[in-house]
Amino acid sequence: MALQSTWFFLWGLLWAVYFMTDGFDFGVGTLYPFLGKTDHEKKTMIASIGPVWDGNEVWLITAGGVTFAAFPAVYATMFSALYTPLMLILFALIIRGVSIEFRNQIESQAWKRVWDTCFFIGSSVPALLFGVAFANIFKGIPIDENGIFHGNLLTLLNPYGLLGGVEFLLLFMLHGALWLGLKTQGDLHDRAARTAEKLWPLVLVFTLVFVVASYFSTDLFVNYFAHPALFLVIIITVAAIFGIRVYLKKGAFVLAWAASSLTIVGATFFGVIGLFPTLFGSSMDAAYSLTAFNASSSPLTLKIMLGVVLVFIPLVIAYQVWAYSMFMGKITDEDLDHGEGY
Amino acid sequence: MDVVFLSRLQFAAATMFHFLFVPLTLGLSVILAIMETQYARTGDEDYLKMTRFFGKLFLINFVVGIVTGITLEFQFGTNWSRYSEYVGDVFGSLLAIEATTSFFLESTFIGIWIFGWKKLSAKAHAAVMWMVALAGSLSAIWILSANGWMQHPVGYVIRNGRAELDDFFAVIFNKFALLEMVHTLPASYIFGAFVVMGISAYHLLRKHEVELFTKAFRLSLTVGLVCSVISFITGDLHGIHVAEVQPAKLAAMESHWETQERAPILLIAIPDEENERNLFEFGRLPGLLSFLATHDFNAVVTGLKDIPKDERPPVLITAVAFKTMVGLGTFFPLITFILWVKRKKLMESPLLLKIMVYSIPLPVIAIEAGWILAEVGRQPWIVYGMMKTSDAASPIGGAQVLVTLIGFILVYGLLGAVGYFLMFKHARKGLVSA
Repeated sequence: MALQSTWFFLWGLLWAVYFMTDGFDFGVGTLYPFLGKTDHEKKTMIASIGPVWDGNEVWLITAGGVTFAAFPAVYATMFSALYTPLMLILFALIIRGVSIEFRNQIESQAWKRVWDTCFFIGSSVPALLFGVAFANIFKGIPIDENGIFHGNLLTLLNPYGLLGGVEFLLLFMLHGALWLGLKTQGDLHDRAARTAEKLWPLVLVFTLVFVVASYFSTDLFVNYFAHPALFLVIIITVAAIFGIRVYLKKGAFVLAWAASSLTIVGATFFGVIGLFPTLFGSSMDAAYSLTAFNASSSPLTLKIMLGVVLVFIPLVIAYQVWAYSMFMGKITDEDLDHGEGY
Repeated sequence: MDVVFLSRLQFAAATMFHFLFVPLTLGLSVILAIMETQYARTGDEDYLKMTRFFGKLFLINFVVGIVTGITLEFQFGTNWSRYSEYVGDVFGSLLAIEATTSFFLESTFIGIWIFGWKKLSAKAHAAVMWMVALAGSLSAIWILSANGWMQHPVGYVIRNGRAELDDFFAVIFNKFALLEMVHTLPASYIFGAFVVMGISAYHLLRKHEVELFTKAFRLSLTVGLVCSVISFITGDLHGIHVAEVQPAKLAAMESHWETQERAPILLIAIPDEENERNLFEFGRLPGLLSFLATHDFNAVVTGLKDIPKDERPPVLITAVAFKTMVGLGTFFPLITFILWVKRKKLMESPLLLKIMVYSIPLPVIAIEAGWILAEVGRQPWIVYGMMKTSDAASPIGGAQVLVTLIGFILVYGLLGAVGYFLMFKHARKGLVSA
């Protein structure tokens, strides 16, 4: 039981870290056509995530891999039931990755316009769809006792699912705007800061609406009312949103971005805690739900994987922090002129 | 539409496309690391220039490899959920370990390498490329151990209606997987070496930067020669193990129908699977298949007729793939040996240089053929002897798989076209831009 519960929360943590890291990459890509007015500014925006986006994306691979290793039945059912949205996300991630690399290989307006569009779609579509997918997971999905999905893409695009999509998109856009505030200077920086200020009230409102909607559309609050101390997670998340506002006003972008990171982790955990121990709930019958206890791997596999994760994830965090700190500071013209393509 | 067939096509398209790029990432990262180390050690600017030149090629190739790898990890869940549920306890952990121990390292350090030229010393920057190379190969090792388990499952028990892990060390020291590693990794390095040699030869033929490209050529020639020999030897050892644990694959490789002593190799054979015979045979070399399978010319080799019909792989594809791989795998040590003998007189051998330009794609063709042999030859099993491919697919509609299959073909086709266009353009242009 303890082992399975530990894995449940590790599973949640990996997704949270993924959203926190790749989230600002998505945000930068979503804001890209609106904030990047000149070619120089566009290059700067791409360069701001250039050294880290690839490493960030591996958190997704790890979250997926760990779902496979620790909860094979969940991995199998979740990804086959969510076939179409997941494939759309994967295709979007493919074109995002290559657009970053390909864009500056050829000096042609038409060429760049194609990859600029791909970069925007490849960033905004996953942001939206991850939100739709997770909101549906919070709500429960029509799967039967054999894990067969009874529905289609439109089943997932219900009002609560769409609300989740918009919420994720807004969170990531704000996260990305703050990252740009942190990494850029001049006009681009000022525009990013103004955008962050405009996005902030939207994030606050949609987060509150999402929490209220979750009360009516999901069973997430059962755990909260059983253990009222858990409400702290919601309070901390909302406080973090106000923290963003405070630091943004002061122009302290590092802290504002950190507060935004906390908001994203908090928002993810709001759902994860509410779900426990359900990983993939059935809206047809609770008996068909896959939980940490009925869908996990054998104790041996869970123990070995726990060992691997406890040794290597701290190591990963250590060298990723090192990488981030190496590329701290504003993007300069010198940074853009390194001849490697992007 | 048949979900199993469509899902197989989709997985084949996605893996084969992915593996057009991966071997070059593996091979070129090692060669770049050697080049950059030479620069850090000697201060010879030529090595820096070639690191930058081939580095740009590497990055275009790298990104296509990375983005197409992501879909593969998720396809086990989307298209093969019955398989994932049944074997996830063993198989899933290998993929998860790959991500945590290797893929993170590779992806984080590649970012540092691209953007860290001015932030790190020459030595530290070269060390970063070594980390990328190491992580890439480590990553391949974990993936190959996962594939090795599908080829020859070990260290598990059937419990709770699924395969559960019983002995982790048996899984990671699976002989089949180890043989795949010592065969596939050097094969990938051969591709890296052939790309550098081929592009260098192209510019040597045009007398561009002769000194620099001669250095690059010789450096990668050494890698190519050593790895061709290793890959040849390990391929032979791998064959013996296949004969032992996958007799159906071995028989299909050689369109071998009758169980017999002194089993022959046929240089050309067109199998007639319906009537269990070969329509056409040419070039019978008696005893050679027995030798290949056991290193004994007189040994008995099981024929396809003694394997139940529903446990035989498609013979023609398996056989063609095998012959392609072996033919090319024999060419690589020969040509690299000849080049090594003439390494001091490269400029006087334009024919050899020309051969190397046109040989660029050969290693990747051999590698793809090797994978077709490994995967098609394993059919009808998804996990050899344990689970059939037909029982492994997801309970989903064929229509959505058809749509994504078309999507894969279009997107990957376009991606491949653009990627290769950019690489060709850069390779041809030479150092003017670097």
